[in-house]
Amino acid sequence: MIRFLLKGLIRDRSRSLFPVLTVLAGVMLTVVLYCWIQGITEDMIKSSANFETGHVKIMSQAYAAESDQIPNDLAFVGASELLKELNARFPHMIWTPRIKFGGLLDIPDEQGETRAQGPVMGLGVDLFSSQSREHSLLNLNNSVVRGRLPERPGEIVISDDFAGRLKIELGETATLISSTMYGGMAAHNFIVVGTIRFGIVALDRGSMIADISDVQYALDMEDASGEILGFFNDSFYYPGRAVDLTAAFNNRFQKSDDAFSPIMQTLSDQGGLGELLDLMDTFSGIVITIFVVVMSIVLWNAGLIGSMRRYGEIGVRLAIGERKSHLYRSMIAESLMIGCFGSILGTIVGLAISYYLQVKGLDISSMLRNASMMISDVMRARVTPTSLIIGFVPGLIATFLGTAISGIGIYKRQTSHLMKELEV
Amino acid sequence: MENEFLIQTEDLVKIYPMGDHSLVALDHVNLTFKKGEFAGLVGPSGSGKTTLLNIVGSLDTPTEGSALVLGEKVEHLSHKKSAELRNKHIGFIFQTFNLLPVYTVYENVEFPLLLLHMSPADRQKLVMDALEWVGLADRAKSKPSQLSGGQSQRVAIARAIVKKPEIVLADEPTANLDAENSHHILQTMERLNRTLQTTFVFSTHDQKVIQYLRRKITLLDGKVDKDELIDTKRN
Repeated sequence: MIRFLLKGLIRDRSRSLFPVLTVLAGVMLTVVLYCWIQGITEDMIKSSANFETGHVKIMSQAYAAESDQIPNDLAFVGASELLKELNARFPHMIWTPRIKFGGLLDIPDEQGETRAQGPVMGLGVDLFSSQSREHSLLNLNNSVVRGRLPERPGEIVISDDFAGRLKIELGETATLISSTMYGGMAAHNFIVVGTIRFGIVALDRGSMIADISDVQYALDMEDASGEILGFFNDSFYYPGRAVDLTAAFNNRFQKSDDAFSPIMQTLSDQGGLGELLDLMDTFSGIVITIFVVVMSIVLWNAGLIGSMRRYGEIGVRLAIGERKSHLYRSMIAESLMIGCFGSILGTIVGLAISYYLQVKGLDISSMLRNASMMISDVMRARVTPTSLIIGFVPGLIATFLGTAISGIGIYKRQTSHLMKELEV
Repeated sequence: MENEFLIQTEDLVKIYPMGDHSLVALDHVNLTFKKGEFAGLVGPSGSGKTTLLNIVGSLDTPTEGSALVLGEKVEHLSHKKSAELRNKHIGFIFQTFNLLPVYTVYENVEFPLLLLHMSPADRQKLVMDALEWVGLADRAKSKPSQLSGGQSQRVAIARAIVKKPEIVLADEPTANLDAENSHHILQTMERLNRTLQTTFVFSTHDQKVIQYLRRKITLLDGKVDKDELIDTKRN
């Protein structure tokens, strides 16, 4: 009987080609949309984690309370000791200290007078030590536009757009004007040895990167660090593991009566990212649900049209003695075959498009000129193992529901009318 | 005595509700059909021919009375049982052939056997036998769209008799055929009736069919007006 059904399906394009194309289109859209949402979510997580939050972040409690103001006067001292302990206690994590700071970058002329000046967002990271992972975390090597990365103390790179606005050439001196950890004025000269572009508008607008030891020296932060970021070894964020790690750390180090004792926060705890991730999950769930519903309606209609077209055939089959339940089951089996085939094809096409979007991406930099979010200016899809099966949910459920609903007509059909109906 | 008749109706009544009144389609019909009969229900439109075929074919149930088909009371059969009765013991021939257009002649004839879960070898033998009977063995691989009206109806006959049913019910089988094809079809059915002893019951008002009948039952306003045996001496 299955062979009989398959023959009919293959030969009758209105029963096979049209429904397969409908399923294919729906599944393909679902896969692409899912991969797209995954790509954006992961990109946001990765960008935020690498540049801002880490998978976990350690700060002094006082610093954490005011962290949006980057209060380096509340940074904790003895960072190297804490780093040693972290590496010993949690060796499966990558730990790296950072100092964020703000200030003015002043470009002097030959007389030492200000030639150009602009607000700068600075980042002090470990660039020189052999065990540093910052080059890969911040993708520094691939971000260089001109020149090179700092190799010696006193060297910095600044964002390429910023360099263009300040009209600064490589090798020129730039003076950072900021405040020290103790509230005094800081002024320190650096040599600009390169320009970079991260592809994140908020960073590319005006940033500088220096080795953390230079920043500690410039801002009078000896052995101090604003933040220590922790990353899971494989660079993927695991919310559950991050929560466990945070609880373990805070139990050990956090002291309620000491505002300068360290506290660890997960990525989700910071800057409303947890809510954003939840929102993305909800959004992706809603999108998939809408697809299932819409596709069910489309395929229901396709099923109805198919059933109407096959009215005679169904009548003959009933008259010949096929049971209604058998006929209904055979239609469901047909629809599942269509659903499977359409879902496989739709998934292949969807994955191909998603992979293209993962590699090439979509440049949205023109839309992000004034954005302050840690979001890449090239939006990419992300193919994950779930992408392989996500399309089967609407593909199979919709075809099943569509046929199941339209097939109910078989049960309503009265055999006593068959003779008259089949005369047409 | 109980098994003498393949079909036996007792005071068969079928009433269709029509709004605030009702239409009596069959009015206390008492008929019996024996194995091997070649009988026809004749009469004007609305006389109850198709209604009677429906009930005998277990497609419908009577309002009153009883219809005993192959020992089964149609009015007491469940949907499953009535489908089984049609599947195993009754063949249908329709006015408009109703072949499945995407399947070949062979596959159309094979379909009732698939429902009976026969082995492929048995199916092949029965299908080819049925096609031989109707003279279309050489068109087994053709599609219905490649056949003439007469050939299509012969395929429909092959489909009806392939499972060797005891009863074949034919509703206006020649209505869409020209005279030559009608005679060809009727000769085929008569030959099958004589060879296989299959009981044929027609619903018709076509004179071409009537001249082949060995028993003519005239229905008028839902009642049996005449029930006559005919001595056929053609050709």
